[in-house]
Amino acid sequence: MSPKAPLFKIEPRREVSRGLLYATPLLAVALTVVAGFFIFLAMGYDPFLALYHFFVSPLLTVYGWSELMVKGAPLIMIGVGLAVGFRANVWNIGAEGQLTMGAVAGGAVALAFWGEETALTLPLMCLAGIAGGMAYAAIPAFLKTRFGVNEILTSLMLTYVATLFLSTLVYGPLKDPLGFNFPQSRMFGDAALLPILAGGTRLHLGTFIALAIAVAGWVLMTFTIVGFQVRVLGQAPQAARFAGFSGPRLVWLVLLLSGGLAGLAGLFEVAGPIGQLVPQISPGYGFTAIIVAFLGRLHPLGIILSGLLMALSYIGGETAQVEVGLPQAVTGVFQGLLLFFLLASDFLVRYRLRLRGAVAVQPQAAE
Amino acid sequence: MTELQTIPARLEVNGVSKRFPGVLANDKVDFAVAPGEIHALLGENGAGKSTLVKIIYGVLHPDEGSLSWNGEEVSVADPHAARALGIGMVFQHFSLFEAMTVLENVALGMDKPGDMAALARRVREVSEAYGLPLDPDRDVYTLSVGERQRIEIVRCLLQNPKLLIMDEPTSVLTPQEVERLFETLRQLASEGVSILYISHKLAEIKALCDRATILRGGRVVAACDPKAETAKSMAQMMIGAELKTVTRRAGGDLGEARLVVEGLSLASEEVHGTDLKNVSFAVRAGEVFGIAGVAGNGQNELLAALSGERLGDHETVVRIDGAPVGRRDAGARRRQGLCAVPEERNGHAAVPGMTLVENAVLSGHHRMGLVSSLFIRAAAAGRFAGEIVKAFDVRTPGTGAAAGSLSGGNLQKFIVGREILQNPTVLVVSQPTWGVDAGAAATIHQALADLATEGVAVVVISQDLDELLAITDRLAVINVGVLSSAMVTKEASVEEIGLLMGGVHGLDATAEGEEEVHVA
Amino acid sequence: MTFDAVSLVLLTVISAATPLLFAALGELVVEKSGVLNLGVEGMMIVGAVAAFAVASGTGSGSLGVAAGAVAGAALAFIFGVLTLTLAANQVATGLALTIFGLGLSSLIGAGYVGIPVPPLAKLAVPGISDLPLVGPLLFGHDALVYLSIVAVIAVAWFLKKSRAGMILRAVGESDISAHSIGYDVIAVRYRAVLFGGAMAGLGGAFLSLSYTPLWAEGMTAGRGWIALALVVFASWRPWRLLAGAYLFGGVTIAQLYTQSAGGLGIPAQVMSMLPYLATILVLTIIAAGPWKGRLNAPACLGKPFRPST
Repeated sequence: MSPKAPLFKIEPRREVSRGLLYATPLLAVALTVVAGFFIFLAMGYDPFLALYHFFVSPLLTVYGWSELMVKGAPLIMIGVGLAVGFRANVWNIGAEGQLTMGAVAGGAVALAFWGEETALTLPLMCLAGIAGGMAYAAIPAFLKTRFGVNEILTSLMLTYVATLFLSTLVYGPLKDPLGFNFPQSRMFGDAALLPILAGGTRLHLGTFIALAIAVAGWVLMTFTIVGFQVRVLGQAPQAARFAGFSGPRLVWLVLLLSGGLAGLAGLFEVAGPIGQLVPQISPGYGFTAIIVAFLGRLHPLGIILSGLLMALSYIGGETAQVEVGLPQAVTGVFQGLLLFFLLASDFLVRYRLRLRGAVAVQPQAAE
Repeated sequence: MTELQTIPARLEVNGVSKRFPGVLANDKVDFAVAPGEIHALLGENGAGKSTLVKIIYGVLHPDEGSLSWNGEEVSVADPHAARALGIGMVFQHFSLFEAMTVLENVALGMDKPGDMAALARRVREVSEAYGLPLDPDRDVYTLSVGERQRIEIVRCLLQNPKLLIMDEPTSVLTPQEVERLFETLRQLASEGVSILYISHKLAEIKALCDRATILRGGRVVAACDPKAETAKSMAQMMIGAELKTVTRRAGGDLGEARLVVEGLSLASEEVHGTDLKNVSFAVRAGEVFGIAGVAGNGQNELLAALSGERLGDHETVVRIDGAPVGRRDAGARRRQGLCAVPEERNGHAAVPGMTLVENAVLSGHHRMGLVSSLFIRAAAAGRFAGEIVKAFDVRTPGTGAAAGSLSGGNLQKFIVGREILQNPTVLVVSQPTWGVDAGAAATIHQALADLATEGVAVVVISQDLDELLAITDRLAVINVGVLSSAMVTKEASVEEIGLLMGGVHGLDATAEGEEEVHVA
Repeated sequence: MTFDAVSLVLLTVISAATPLLFAALGELVVEKSGVLNLGVEGMMIVGAVAAFAVASGTGSGSLGVAAGAVAGAALAFIFGVLTLTLAANQVATGLALTIFGLGLSSLIGAGYVGIPVPPLAKLAVPGISDLPLVGPLLFGHDALVYLSIVAVIAVAWFLKKSRAGMILRAVGESDISAHSIGYDVIAVRYRAVLFGGAMAGLGGAFLSLSYTPLWAEGMTAGRGWIALALVVFASWRPWRLLAGAYLFGGVTIAQLYTQSAGGLGIPAQVMSMLPYLATILVLTIIAAGPWKGRLNAPACLGKPFRPST
């Protein structure tokens, strides 16, 4: 081994840099745009035009902004829930499945009351949606606290199961009897749909509830002893026990919370933009919300911004597909790249780079 | 490699400096070790001893300065290069792999181990020749701490070292094991091996070493012949000030038993941990009770069982002022009056990434009223943290600083202060001065003594026998999870305690595993 | 059932097990070095699409397989840079790798949906098919199946007998100790991570070139995650991993056969849940069993390490 003194010396910071902590997500976004430029160039598209349609043109209309809110809402709700879990070092990556189960539970309520909806139907659907997501998240919670099974793998496996379960239902018992055998349920009755807030858009009540949830999440994490316990558990589980905080109870709490929020998000999708149960409810919101949570620095208010940004990546992907013929899959690549750049730039938060002096440190290697 | 006839120093350290963020660990250090010499590197915690020997062994690289080996300047790029020169090192926190066998551990520490069967034979031969018996096929986690250290020593000896570095080798040994180690070291020195012996224990250095270099704050402050010095004079060179002694207001009568532990048995949660077996003792108001023992004999389990991090089988196995709390968690026990300080500061007693205020809330919210209807009372928490910093002279830029940015001694003062200012009726402290400089240690010892004077029952769990002998009224010894009967400290003999630490039967005491090795 | 039918079933079981075996064996080595790469699914599917694209572009199955391995390793390299050089959180980086891999694969694969690919049979290693004992065993398989078994043997030998394997285990057991006696922890882990990526890529290549053989978006369908579970199931032992992979191959095939046989009146989707539910069950049994604590898990698994110098 010949230790050639590198140009930079890397030193751990004694305290993480707060400024960089919140500045690096912007750096990551900028790097992703630069990377996107070259990807589009390599794929033979006009990079300026493609980037324009991806990032700018959706923001030029009121409808575009309303769609941003519509798509951002589930991402924010799920992202807030996941962020609380990630803070506790509980890795629920099955939000997509919990979303599906929430939609199924809430949708089943809508269909049960079909034709006889009352003012209570929608609130009942919301409760069912939350309960569905919570119940589904309870499985990994139980397995983790009772047997110590890793929640990453169980929650993810359950996502595949949930998708198949939904498919069983819409191909079977919940299929619309007058639906020409299409795999989808009846359209929900009007009273079972979320009220639209602005004519000509799909902006529904759920989008505002999502914002309220983010604010509530911020209060919970910043000012309450519960949020404090969650943070301690995540950073130092032994210290949590030393302080008398029950690890298993917190694991249950964060999983039920994130599951319930994902379930509610799922219900909002079927009672909002979709209006019925279909085989695929979300374009991967449950997974994208993982990126949303990280990009928002696991901070509920940051997650509002990152949720809207990721919503833009969906809408921009669609716009660019229509306008420039860009494949939809670009969205996934962008999301992955963004998370890579974010994780890479984290290094700057924890370490300091120092230019080395001209002094040669190791003149010759022994042997 | 040819030995030079002019007898230059085996190792010469010339002007070595090493800087870490926020601290100058070594500042132009010079010293030399002669062939066959046992040379002490003396200094208190944080003086820069470990950094210096890691530089010699090639684990770290100096920012400035150079090393000479038998008179020739060398650059030790990495431990392989060090071993090629003939330098062997026994680490303070062993460089061992618990889930692997003794033989594999030895082979990993050698650059050309050759055939494994032949190596196993040589391990047996060498270990017996130096009175360090080892079974090459055993898994390391089944061995006692003393046996583990033998692996490190044998690993070095198999490579015929010219210089053997021992970093704080006795901190984990019983007094008898220390004596046996010294015989081995003297034998090696007589064979011409130089030994660099790092310690802060003065009596040991007087007993073993030919010369001593004393480090303070990263600098060489003195060199001396330890046999010509007194322990006191060396201590003053090491600390740079008069040693403060703990003053205890002369013995008022001891009160009622405040902490009673009765028939406490607990299976360890660690894979290679130690189960507690039927532990019983009682501590009265005003008493300092010590628990001695070699690392990994159930101390961590005992602390967890007392603090409430682990629950006992019955409510009655732990009683505080008569109230049974054996099945209550740490929060409930704090409200009942029992506060605790675990051994590990970072990540157990404190959350390094959180501020001092948040760390004050961590254990303080039960007794200090820092939470009202789920919301943290930020102002009250800030005041509490400020009080701790003031009362215990914690050096920090402010209570908003992260706990992890404090030095070991300052953080320890903060943690001990946090528990003491909660006015406990019982305080359990593990390793109160581990890795702490002498000034902070004296502060902490005095605080514990004062607490007892006020009528608190204090339990001190420590591997440092000298510490226990100095500050406790009574003590008991824990070995493989069994606690001996208690003895009055003033009447106890070190030999007897040493035997108990080694499990009475002495030689084959198997301490089942040690907590994860933590390296600074 | 006739002998032929039985051997046909076994053949499909082996076929279903092989991609899992490749991916899980790679991950086993990665985890033994102390690194947790949750991006197996992403590396696998990028391996699958790269193999398919190259095989259909060049007409050579072997080149396709090689491309799969290289693509898997390339993704693993990104993971290495982030987690090893930049000490990023391994869980988050693994998830990012999977999200990125799924996106990248559907981007690359968009033009390959529904087109044929040359059969992998060309890949037969000359000489081996004629061996007296091994020859018949190989009958009906591609060389990749054989390679997967050889890989099990090789990895088992490497970890248990070789010095490099011993160093790899040591690095996974205690990075600090390994560093302090002079091993380059990061370099060892890089090699393990790249190997893991190449193996996941091979698993993906087998899927798209032999198992299906065609390209479909998201075709790995959670196999990368099942591979991760298999490593736990096998408690980091290569031979148990072989058994586990074949067990899961069996579950997959049993489920397919039941479906094609009318499904016993159970909806097809419910049958398709089986492998995922089986994974959860197996993880629970492993975690709850009396052998708890003897699981052989590397002590440093998932902990970031940065040497100070």
